[in-house]
Amino acid sequence: MMISCKNLSKIYRNGDVEAIALNNVSFEIKEGAFVSIIGPSGSGKSTLMHILGALDTPTSGKYFLDGHDVSELNDDELSDFRKNKIGFVFQSFNLLPRTTVLRNVMLPLLYSNTTKEERLRRAKECLRYAGMEESKFMNLSNQLSGGQMQRVAIARALINNPSIILADEPTGNLDTKTSRIVMEALQELNKKGHTIILITHEMDVADYARRIIHIRDGIIEKDEINVPNDHKI
Amino acid sequence: MLIDLLKETAWALTGNKVRSSLTILGIVIGISSVITMVSIGQGSQKTIQEKIQSIGSNLIMISPGSQKSGMVMGARGGAQTLKIDDAEAIESDIQGISGVAPEISGRYQVTYKGNNTNTRVIGVTPEYSSVKNVEIENGVFITDQYIKKSSKVAILGPTVAEDLFGENTYIDPIGLTIRINNIDFEVVGVTKEKGGSGMNNSDDVIYVPLNTSRHFLSGTEYVTTINVAAQSQDTMASVQEQITELLLKRHKIDTEEDADFSIMNQTDIISTATSITSTFTILLSSIAGISLLVGGIGIMNMMLTTVTERTREIGLRKAVGIRRIYINLQFLVEAIMLTFIGGTIGVFIGWVASIFIPKFYSSLATEVSTNSIFLAFGVSAAVGIIFGFYPARRAANLSPIEALRYE
Repeated sequence: MMISCKNLSKIYRNGDVEAIALNNVSFEIKEGAFVSIIGPSGSGKSTLMHILGALDTPTSGKYFLDGHDVSELNDDELSDFRKNKIGFVFQSFNLLPRTTVLRNVMLPLLYSNTTKEERLRRAKECLRYAGMEESKFMNLSNQLSGGQMQRVAIARALINNPSIILADEPTGNLDTKTSRIVMEALQELNKKGHTIILITHEMDVADYARRIIHIRDGIIEKDEINVPNDHKI
Repeated sequence: MLIDLLKETAWALTGNKVRSSLTILGIVIGISSVITMVSIGQGSQKTIQEKIQSIGSNLIMISPGSQKSGMVMGARGGAQTLKIDDAEAIESDIQGISGVAPEISGRYQVTYKGNNTNTRVIGVTPEYSSVKNVEIENGVFITDQYIKKSSKVAILGPTVAEDLFGENTYIDPIGLTIRINNIDFEVVGVTKEKGGSGMNNSDDVIYVPLNTSRHFLSGTEYVTTINVAAQSQDTMASVQEQITELLLKRHKIDTEEDADFSIMNQTDIISTATSITSTFTILLSSIAGISLLVGGIGIMNMMLTTVTERTREIGLRKAVGIRRIYINLQFLVEAIMLTFIGGTIGVFIGWVASIFIPKFYSSLATEVSTNSIFLAFGVSAAVGIIFGFYPARRAANLSPIEALRYE
């Protein structure tokens, strides 16, 4: 099993007040899956994503990824884990401003023991894989369209060969047509074998996945298999 | 890894060149003023030491008045405890000396035709010129004849000559008559320029024969100073001891603490002068250092702003797995790079200023030492580390989750 979550809880304490973001959440995800986690704002989906993405640790419970117990790692260990195992695709792209496409994709390789040539090679490979045109490789990040930026983000997410790709509202800033392009790109990735977890609040977007977990008020309401339609988003 | 850090830093700093330049400016001003101030201080130190050396390196000066009230230079206590025969006794009895030159000094009104000046008139013996390194430009110095006859002759320092006869070099003062304290004196010589300022301007004096001063000007046989030249640096200590013993005996005093005279040698004067100029240098540098402090605060301010502006970026870097320590180092190196560049430019400007200042202000000497340059670089790096530390830590401690949400 790629991902195994057992009794995950996240409680925020502010003086006397307790806020329960996640309440005893358990589930498993197989390798090669394409899962959507959907819920309204405040449902705990972001908290869950943060834990799945090793950005945060649960107050109680266990999170196993690829056989590793991620629940009790310290800050540096979490960083290393994210670098090697997780590829993030964010809602607002989060590309470095005034920086070329190539440099953006190479960011996760900073401070590692790889030569410049090796880094460039891998970056170009990932960009092609993500469907980015070669002519745009030296463009600055602000000279790209929304869809192109998201492809760069996808390429960046892939460069360290992660176990899972975590997409947080990846189409949030995009128009309908571009959203479709990006979601189809994710589906392509999944067909190539990548495990993809998608966080969203829109059913239309969640529908691209093959399994949908509904979350509300910190608990899983429904966990269903999904057959993605051919979309008219 | 280091190359990565430096590249990231260069990219970050060139991202906003105007802001980086303005921040660097603060450090440039700070460092260049520190370097300049220190060089002025050290220059004055060197100048004073050289001046003192030029008086006579094996010089011992005996003044009337107790040890406890000794002062460095200028008017000694008006006490009257040393006599001319004390000087004669020293000359005959003390071993290891090469010359003794007593002086009777006073300030008098000196006039020539319409011009007048108030200046120091020193009654001296012929030996004075060798003991105190006084050279003649024109004419002659005091001779034994003049002493024996108590002749009313005067040798002028160049400043006095200018004051009385104007800067016109065509007037040869030799042979002319001036009035000192309303008494006529014939000018027989002019001394070479020695330089100096304030109370110790050795060009603003008039030399007359010792006996003349004793009989016509001061009216007493008490001397203001006895100058003694030791034969060498090595004999100075013994000479000083011998003189102390001799004078205590002559003045019938039991212990050194009750002595009615004080002995000062070259080294004492130099160390007092040095401590004064050191204080002066420290003071100047501190003032300049304040501007450096302000520059450092500017760095910290700018770095904090940068960190805030790049919050999303920091969140992203953390999300892709860059460790806290690298985030910290990234911003710290940025700060150090800024101060280092500022320091380099500052050192250069300070060095150039030190070269040009003496050309515009001839009274200020400057001395740039390699020590102060290394110190400046060290200080600028330290400023970068100190003032960059807090912003870098702020950046490293950002929670990636919140940083990513930052608008």
